[in-house]
Amino acid sequence: MAAVSNLRNMVLCLFGVCLVCSAILGATYVVTEEPIAQASARALSDALGEVLPQDCTPCTTAEPIVLDGTSYECYTARDAGGNVAAYAVKTVSGGFGGPIELLVGVYPDGRVCGTKVLSHSETPGLGAKCATDEGFINQFKGFEGRFAVRKDGGDIDAITASTITSKAYVKGVEAAVKAVKSLGGQGNE
Amino acid sequence: MSKLSLIARGLVRENPTFVLVLGMCPTLATTTSAMNGLEMGLATMFVLILSNMVISLVSPVVPDKVHIPVYIVIIATFVTVLQLLMQAYVPDVYRTLGLFIPLIVVNCIVLGRAEAFASRNGVLDSALDGIGIGAGFTLSLTVIGLVREILGSGAAFGFKLFPGDGILAFVMAPGAFLVLGYLMAIFRKFIKK
Repeated sequence: MAAVSNLRNMVLCLFGVCLVCSAILGATYVVTEEPIAQASARALSDALGEVLPQDCTPCTTAEPIVLDGTSYECYTARDAGGNVAAYAVKTVSGGFGGPIELLVGVYPDGRVCGTKVLSHSETPGLGAKCATDEGFINQFKGFEGRFAVRKDGGDIDAITASTITSKAYVKGVEAAVKAVKSLGGQGNE
Repeated sequence: MSKLSLIARGLVRENPTFVLVLGMCPTLATTTSAMNGLEMGLATMFVLILSNMVISLVSPVVPDKVHIPVYIVIIATFVTVLQLLMQAYVPDVYRTLGLFIPLIVVNCIVLGRAEAFASRNGVLDSALDGIGIGAGFTLSLTVIGLVREILGSGAAFGFKLFPGDGILAFVMAPGAFLVLGYLMAIFRKFIKK
């Protein structure tokens, strides 16, 4: 039933199948390019809305802040009068299962406004709670104490049985605050 | 064989998870909750139906010596199409399942059905086989996910059933093996009769 397996047939068949398949892929790519860009833009603006104060407009293009050889992506949010209301800084810190990517909203004076996990690969049911545990996340709102978990003499209550994740989270927030402080309050002019 | 029994066969007698024991990687990895299992099952079903149909169409003209590469190219194409569509229209689902969507390409259920069924049968029968096996896979993953979610997080389809955390082990890999093993035993006991 199948065609004879000589070189000509095999080459023709593979060529034909690959041609059709790449055409289908190309077409799908073109069709989905726009919605994918929109979806990721929406995800970013949702995240910015969550970590920044309500009454300001975040700009959606990042500027880099370089501190101690690390570059942080920083989104500046301005209030109605055009003054800097807060910054949203993206930081990455090493958690238990891999990097934890955080978006941290910071007021120009260095107080934390809000935090959100963008991506992580922590253990489900343990460290993964850092993305959902409201009690843990909410303690960062308006935080201006010592950046460490209580066990290490700081002011943050760690997630039960997830000290490494909690420490990484705190470190990420601290890095964002330091990055904003390194701007030297130039947003207050 | 009647059309209906083609579908029923995939659900029960040749259930890909509990009877054929194929595609264990996504089965164990994605069933941390009922919803994840359901979504993964549906994604696989989508690929299975389309690849079965196309492969049954092209198999008469494909030379024997290159049939595996041809099938893999076709399957990979549908998986990539699915991946792009999910990224565009259901980004939240894509974020949860992300890594396991490309892995559908190497899911042995898909290539297995292409080899064992689609390459020897007509388009309609192959589509029905895809629906049956896909539904069987979806059902099994959802049940495993549901049991793991109830025991591990005290919830079903995201609704909290009882307060607290549940038995953590069931959310992680060991619980996946345990639940799969017990469900397989129960399933087979009833199939035998």
